Amino acid sequence: MTATSGKLIKGATGDWEVVIGMEIHAQVTSKSKLFSGASTAFGGDPNSHVSLVDVAMPGMLPVINEECVRQAVRTGLGLNAKINLRSVFDRKNYFYPDLPQGYQISQYKDPIVGEGEITVELDGGRTATVGIERLHIEQDPGKMLHDQSPSLSFIDFNRCGVALMEIVSKPDIRDAEQAKAYVTKLRSIMRYLGTCDGDMEKGSLRADVNVSVRKPGGPLGTRCEIKNINSISFIGQAVEAEARRQIEIIEDGGVIEQETRRFDPDKGETRSMRSKEEAHDYRYFPDPDLLPLEFTQAFVDELKAALPELPDQKKARFIADLGLSPYDASVLVAERESAAFYESVLEALSERARDGKLAANWVINELFGRLNKEGLDIASSPVAAAQLAAIVALIGEGTISGKIAKDLFEIVWSEGGDPRALVESRGMKQVTDLGAIEKVVDEIIAANPDKVAQAKAKPQLAGWFVGQVMKSSGGKANPQAVNDLLKSKLGI
Amino acid sequence: MSVDAATVRRIAQLARIAVTDAEVPHLQGELNAMLDFVEQLSEVNVEGVEPMTSVTPMAMKKRQDVVTDGEIADDIVKNAPATENNFFLVPKVVE
Repeated sequence: MTATSGKLIKGATGDWEVVIGMEIHAQVTSKSKLFSGASTAFGGDPNSHVSLVDVAMPGMLPVINEECVRQAVRTGLGLNAKINLRSVFDRKNYFYPDLPQGYQISQYKDPIVGEGEITVELDGGRTATVGIERLHIEQDPGKMLHDQSPSLSFIDFNRCGVALMEIVSKPDIRDAEQAKAYVTKLRSIMRYLGTCDGDMEKGSLRADVNVSVRKPGGPLGTRCEIKNINSISFIGQAVEAEARRQIEIIEDGGVIEQETRRFDPDKGETRSMRSKEEAHDYRYFPDPDLLPLEFTQAFVDELKAALPELPDQKKARFIADLGLSPYDASVLVAERESAAFYESVLEALSERARDGKLAANWVINELFGRLNKEGLDIASSPVAAAQLAAIVALIGEGTISGKIAKDLFEIVWSEGGDPRALVESRGMKQVTDLGAIEKVVDEIIAANPDKVAQAKAKPQLAGWFVGQVMKSSGGKANPQAVNDLLKSKLGI
Repeated sequence: MSVDAATVRRIAQLARIAVTDAEVPHLQGELNAMLDFVEQLSEVNVEGVEPMTSVTPMAMKKRQDVVTDGEIADDIVKNAPATENNFFLVPKVVE
């Protein structure tokens, strides 16, 4: 067991530990469906992206989309997991209106991907390791609308037959924070790989969360499964609510019934979904329409060689090569777009001006800070990577001070323009001309003999002079030059 | 292997097929006849033999990731008992 201990929950009878395992359904990024040539595009007219295969018309046969196979293998490699060169498709039988075939084509005993492991980032730079049990490929069912009529359900099969990856974790997750971090990391890995867009609002990523509670170190409790949670923050809330519900029942002398539940975000509670008497019986058997899925190690190796740099590798490189702190590196790699922006900034800097730490500070503190405040994402940033790079270069070469750079950033943010030209046209250049600075220093010293005497007695009072010089130069004097000059003139 | 009356009712329920009590003995007999027929296979010793998935040695056929189908919503819902705006309509199901 690789679990990292999590936050315990206080009950009336002492502390409780939460044990969580997750099944993530991730829609595979592909143009066409898993077993038919219909489009996977989101939001078409009802039943427009549907072929006769998807609605199981008589005589239709499934033919697998090889890109979906590649995407599943890539994802498996990204999860550091074992790739199975031979896997089998099975029929998972159930009768429901979202499934015209009467069975979902899935993988049961022999999935395409076996055991793996990922590292997830927690608060304060801590990490936890979560084991992956397996990943298999299956069909998404159709979509049902229940609110269009009091007596009828409306069914649209545009989503029916789109490839899903079901990723099953080991029960290694120990609290809500770890649960959220696990999904965040999975999502990030798949977005880097381009195997799932991770758009939870559109249902591209859904989580089923298995929760049980126990006394720390004690035997496992009975688990309940909370189905189909479609936001990372709801996952955290659902875990907390379900753990507290179970603790309350056990402490009141009750017994947890294994069941499927649903999370209600408005009330912040979980509710039972299915009655116990109709336990599901899927009667899995190998799909006779499909031969086993087989490929060679060379096929896997080729995909592996072409994988992009993943968040963990990128983070390690940022720390080792650019000298970033682990925290800054984590912030930058969390989203693929953020890392790409930072790397564009670095690329736009000349080799001499390529100060990774300074660039990271500006991307994280100034740009991300401002974007967060305005509720914008990186794609809609009014400041382009090249503009931010120019600001960083201007600071690095001493043309402007850090303080002036913030003013410059404001101008670029609200008015746009080339930072270098703006510095020229608005006279924002830092004064490094020693003669000019010296003149100002001399004037201020001459005008304030009392302060000079004080500063000679107490050198820390020299800061007052620095402030005066900066003020009279409009913030443009080079602070280091001012300091040096003052020290020698005041003889301190 | 043989099925009893309760199993027949359970299979019917899983497939959402209405089966009256009067039909159960008849269906039970039919299912058991089929199972008996298939049961003959167990006379063959398959110890150490890999399960066969195809009578000819062939690999699974694969498609390229290209959109070649769809945009036939009218045809898709043509046989449906009830439709609206090309949605299928079914008696309300909410779990």
